[in-house]
Amino acid sequence: MTMISMTVNGKAVSGNVEPRTLLVQFLRENLRLTGTHVGCDTSQCGACVVHVDGAAVKSCTMLAVSCEGSHVTTIEGLANGTELHPMQAAFREHHGLQCGFCTPGMIMTAVDIVNRKGSTLDEHTIREELEGNICRCTGYHNIVKAVEAGAQAMGAGGMQAAAE
Amino acid sequence: MYAFSYHQPKTVRQAASLLAKNEDGKILAGGQTLLPTMKQRLAAPPALIDLSKVEGLSGIELKGRSLVIGAMTKHAHVATSEIVRQAIPGLADMAGLIGDPAVRNRGTIGGSVANNDPAADYPAACLALGATIITNMRKVPADQFFTGLFETALEPGEVVVKVAFPIVSKAAYAKFRNPASRYAMVGVFVAKRGSDIRVAVTGAGANGVFRATALEEALKKRFSPKSLDGISMPATGINGDIHASPEYRAHLITVMAKRAVTAAIGK
Ligand SMILES: Cc1cc2nc3c(=O)[nH]c(=O)nc-3n(C[C@H](O)[C@H](O)[C@H](O)COP(=O)(O)OP(=O)(O)OC[C@H]3O[C@@H](n4cnc5c(N)ncnc54)[C@H](O)[C@@H]3O)c2cc1C
Ligand code: FES
Ligand code: FES
Repeated sequence: MTMISMTVNGKAVSGNVEPRTLLVQFLRENLRLTGTHVGCDTSQCGACVVHVDGAAVKSCTMLAVSCEGSHVTTIEGLANGTELHPMQAAFREHHGLQCGFCTPGMIMTAVDIVNRKGSTLDEHTIREELEGNICRCTGYHNIVKAVEAGAQAMGAGGMQAAAE
Repeated sequence: MYAFSYHQPKTVRQAASLLAKNEDGKILAGGQTLLPTMKQRLAAPPALIDLSKVEGLSGIELKGRSLVIGAMTKHAHVATSEIVRQAIPGLADMAGLIGDPAVRNRGTIGGSVANNDPAADYPAACLALGATIITNMRKVPADQFFTGLFETALEPGEVVVKVAFPIVSKAAYAKFRNPASRYAMVGVFVAKRGSDIRVAVTGAGANGVFRATALEEALKKRFSPKSLDGISMPATGINGDIHASPEYRAHLITVMAKRAVTAAIGK
């Protein structure tokens, strides 16, 4: 077992884990942050995307021990108390989800897109950037609309990811 | 995933000695190939030697007429680097086509060349650009580095430290992606340095990445997509699977090569 410490959603956390523990297992099972989902467990679907030191990564494809000392943001870290993050609000507003299983990963990826590419995003860019996120329900159409609107809202002085 | 011991060396020397001490131990770079393979229990290394804390393995610099990229440099970094964009724009474009944004945020050039997946993109770039793979022991030209399916010239205990790309006058990559895996169904990297023209093909060869000499010869006469008109690549030695037959892939090689030449001329 290895003792690890990191900052998750602004809070210092630590735990004793086996080296083979994946970041997503540490988040869900040790920290009980079950917002991050495991869709495929084969690095394909993006349901498990979180931010590690500001970069979107698939938490099913990273070891928890590799995150020692890192800053991690999960879907739980976006809202400000009961006030949704603008990207979350846009997904609700634009029906960017049906079953909701892919949504945490979609939103974490969307926030990362805005962080990298700015708040004015065209449809083509959004579709290309969502390449690593699979949704079995929506047909993507409303997800793309939600990301575009969420990006604009973030640009219009909406808050940044609460914990970043 | 089976249990393993985990090591975080601070220097390449320590990494090499950990590799020597831990029989069947493996280097962990971005983990975007190794971890999925271990999760499927297709690999069960008893020890992982994580390079993420080794100083000086990540970074991009110009050294004379070469672009030198550290082994732990992420695909996302190469795709967005101004230095790469200025020196070899086709290489930045290629890195931006690997997988998806989250994969590019973790996956590294060193991991990609060491893994030598027959459908990976970097091997084609290295071969076409005439790169040199620099390890803790020696310098290996790309022509001698990629030896077969998932096979390289790397010896046990050898660590890729950086990759040096000579700066060429024109280069571009054209990739026909498998829409599910995002790997290349066929990818062609074309590079022109003076009168030297190299065309490397990934995704198609039953033995991994290879140089298409017939296309190189045609392009030496004139560096134009028209020079490739009417050249059909033979389907022998080309992969066939549920995604595409050997004939289809062979056809794609010329199509992708033309696109790459067109793009290279435009840069
Ligand atoms: C969903 C998905 C899509 C992908 N799509 C593409 C694609 O389109 N094109 C493409 O080219 N790749 C693709 N990849 C693979 C990706 O580029 C990997 O990042 C890359 O192949 C391996 O790099 P890594 O840093 O993740 O290496 P790891 O997975 O950590 O290691 C891979 C292998 O290389 C060895 N190794 C790593 N670094 C070194 C070193 N410095 N010296 C010696 N040995 C070393 C390891 O021991 C291991 O055997 C994809 C991966 C995923 C999960
Ligand atoms: S659960 Fe991580 S990519 Fe699907
Ligand atoms: S809403 Fe069901 S998978 Fe996307």
